[in-house]
Amino acid sequence: MLNQKYGVGEKAPRVDGPSKVTGEAKFTADIRLANMLEARVLRSPFPHARIRSIDTSQAEALDGVVAILTGTDLSDIDPYFGHAVRDRPIVAIDAARFAGDPVAVVAAESAHIAAEALELIQIDYEELPAVTTIEAALADGAVRVHDTDALRLGLFHGLGDFKPHDNICYEHHMTRGDVEAVFAEADAIVEGEFRFPAVYQYALETHAATAIWHGADQLEMWANCQHPYLVRAELADMFDLPKANVRLHVPFIGGGFGSKSYTRMEPIAAAMARKAGRPVRVVNSVTESMWTSRRHNMICRMRTAARADGTLLARTAEMWLDTGAYADNGPRVVATAADAAPGPYRWTAYQIDAYGVYTHRSPSGSYRAFGATHLEWIGESQVDQVARKLGMDPLEIRVKNLLKPGEAVRTPGKPMDADLIGDIRKVAEGLEWDKPRPPGVGRGMGIGLLAAGSRPVSTAFARLESEGTVTVMVSTSELGQGARTAMSQIVSQELSIPLSQIRVPDGDTMVTPYDRSTGASRSTTLAGGAVHLAALDLKDQLIAIAASKWQVAGSDIILRDGRAWVGDQSATLSELLFYHFGFSGGELFGRGIVRPEQGQGTYAAGPVFWEVCVGGVEVEVDEETGRIHLRKIVSVADVGTAVNPAMIKGQEMGGAAQGLGNAIFEEMVFSDGQLLNGTMADYRVPKMDDIADEFVSYIVQNEDGPGPYGLKGVGEGILAAMPAAIVNALADIGIHLNELPATPERVWRAIQQSKNV
Amino acid sequence: MNTQPTFKLTTTINGKPVDAEIETRTLLIDFLREHLGLTGTKRSCDMQVCGSCTVLVDGKPVSSCSILAYEVSDRDVLTIEGLAQKGELHPIQQSFLDEYGLQCGYCTPGMVLATLALLNENPNPNDSEIKSFLSGNLCRCTGYFPILNAVRRASERLAQEES
Repeated sequence: MLNQKYGVGEKAPRVDGPSKVTGEAKFTADIRLANMLEARVLRSPFPHARIRSIDTSQAEALDGVVAILTGTDLSDIDPYFGHAVRDRPIVAIDAARFAGDPVAVVAAESAHIAAEALELIQIDYEELPAVTTIEAALADGAVRVHDTDALRLGLFHGLGDFKPHDNICYEHHMTRGDVEAVFAEADAIVEGEFRFPAVYQYALETHAATAIWHGADQLEMWANCQHPYLVRAELADMFDLPKANVRLHVPFIGGGFGSKSYTRMEPIAAAMARKAGRPVRVVNSVTESMWTSRRHNMICRMRTAARADGTLLARTAEMWLDTGAYADNGPRVVATAADAAPGPYRWTAYQIDAYGVYTHRSPSGSYRAFGATHLEWIGESQVDQVARKLGMDPLEIRVKNLLKPGEAVRTPGKPMDADLIGDIRKVAEGLEWDKPRPPGVGRGMGIGLLAAGSRPVSTAFARLESEGTVTVMVSTSELGQGARTAMSQIVSQELSIPLSQIRVPDGDTMVTPYDRSTGASRSTTLAGGAVHLAALDLKDQLIAIAASKWQVAGSDIILRDGRAWVGDQSATLSELLFYHFGFSGGELFGRGIVRPEQGQGTYAAGPVFWEVCVGGVEVEVDEETGRIHLRKIVSVADVGTAVNPAMIKGQEMGGAAQGLGNAIFEEMVFSDGQLLNGTMADYRVPKMDDIADEFVSYIVQNEDGPGPYGLKGVGEGILAAMPAAIVNALADIGIHLNELPATPERVWRAIQQSKNV
Repeated sequence: MNTQPTFKLTTTINGKPVDAEIETRTLLIDFLREHLGLTGTKRSCDMQVCGSCTVLVDGKPVSSCSILAYEVSDRDVLTIEGLAQKGELHPIQQSFLDEYGLQCGYCTPGMVLATLALLNENPNPNDSEIKSFLSGNLCRCTGYFPILNAVRRASERLAQEES
């Protein structure tokens, strides 16, 4: 099938599909270097402890142990990392700050030996008081997780002038109008306190990194990282190397979902390999990956005010997000949560106050649709509450208040760039909103916004070799989202060549050029934008060569079916290159650079685009057990232009399944800072027999995105919409929840409560 | 330096006889991945929940993370690398491609082999039988619908080949 041309808009087969169904596709832990050691990490059993001393002598004496890394080995480098706040040492130096914090690393001839050696390391801990909940961390006189005066900001902090203080790693405030005056005049006010749990991204492939040093100043690594260029910058800074001396290869990634955003196990592998003097591979267990990154649990208080005619007037939201022991991407999550708090509506006034809170728990970072997932279910449940108070239909109140294209979302910032009313009407169509509900069946919808795209800096180039094959050099990581297929389709579209003539290799910072990151639904829009420009550049060069060959104007030449044509004369791309170079050799380069000042959208104003987080569900509940059954899911992907409709539908179904997990199954349970359900036997994710009876998927193509062909990113929105739609569908049948996940027990208790009222 | 007990393993992997001297404690997954370089078998939960490491032993699905390599002595082990014949994809593999039944591809080897075990046992399963059989194989990318479609299509395709 790859021998066909598949342009933009077509259901191209995945270019990585054949290698993935045969087991040939290589992931980080599949790569073995000669003479390589296996590393295992010793982690603190206490949420907060001073490390008085570490005795590694017995472990070192074990046959097959080559080297052991502890905090004392880090004195000749800058051991702290953290792209936002530089608060995290490679391994604990003075103290351990969560149960699971790395304290020592063993490199040995085999993983078995390394694991045995961990048990022989003697650590003298002095247990210290810990703050293991948001409330405890915010209490007067609370123990500090960090000496915030000593903290430095990271290389990519984006915090402006903010300095962490107390146990607050970041705060973000947004104000419009005189909130209290508007509340005083409102006809309907709803308010509540809501809780969102800590959840685990559970990419099936755990975090892994392999490092080899070439001499003292060249570091080469393989890692499953979503943002190789940001990781490279942090490693270069820590080990005091030029960035170009750090080479990062990114093989296929076995799911990211944000868990592999920013720096993870790479510093441990690099420091361990440096000490051992041999290549080192470190691969996390699932439990260790749960300790490495998770979604922020949150407490939120929200109030919403409306006029009697259903006009939404004002909203206040205060939220505290638990970032754990290290800031990680917490500041960005907090800002995005604040952005999502007003929801996609026209407000007279709002006051949004969002805080990232340090606690002695495992650190929280990015997880697909962060911020939006935290807030949409809260805001949308209040919109439905207002509607119920006023006797309005949930669809009607949304249509009345949703932002129209061009209206301000927040100031400063990109105005509304999507047809939200069209989107929510599609959800209603899919749910057959006007038809009466069968008894016991609830329907709900949710709509929200996610500030998407991150920084719009992406570059790419495309090599056209003499036999007509194009190799696309782009550093977007292939996480499963289908980036390599989408990039190939863009090239196929512009150069009119089949997918079999297009290659997209693994990311490699020595070879594939700069890309800011793989996240925030940005790859097809921004890296794809760079690939589009690179393909157009090649196309211009080919047309100029053909024009010279046939002595005609470039405007007379078209590319079709893998050939250049003028009238009925034609030549293959290979023949054009032969003409150009005079033999069968040589190659052309096309280059593409996307940066803030250019492009079709108003990048400077940010975000790159507003990702619409919209969907609906139909549920029924077993009153005896509290178990929720999903009858139907409706998703609307507002993508501007669909590069590959089949893969977009795949993003919607996969995002919905994760949203279902966030809404009704998943919660990392902590007690006194200890994770109680740290294995997949105890942590419940959706399984195949949990899927909805029916999945209705719409793709909206209004060509209103900032990417090539008017496209914009997709893949996160439906996750944020699912908890909102489910909570509203439950409320539709009288089950009111202000805490997720909606486990059978919680649902059953809510049913009993409603009966007692 | 190695004082670990060892075992002389004789077995069949992907149709080929294999003889190897291994530490007795070697898990099947590590024997496949590290000794034989068959890295298509994936490790995730490491406790028989996720199905990523599924291989077939005498046609039955087994979590290779949770059995020792010596336990497959004189058995017939099939890993994902042994499924395509002479570069020709197995109908189940082709069905996963056609239905977009994979994204990151990490669960795919286990999912494909579990599907083979299902269809060997029950060539024409209904949806509820498919969901029940494959609920021991987790996927975080696809939301399972495309995998369900892939299994249905594979079942049809194999039936056509039979007739």
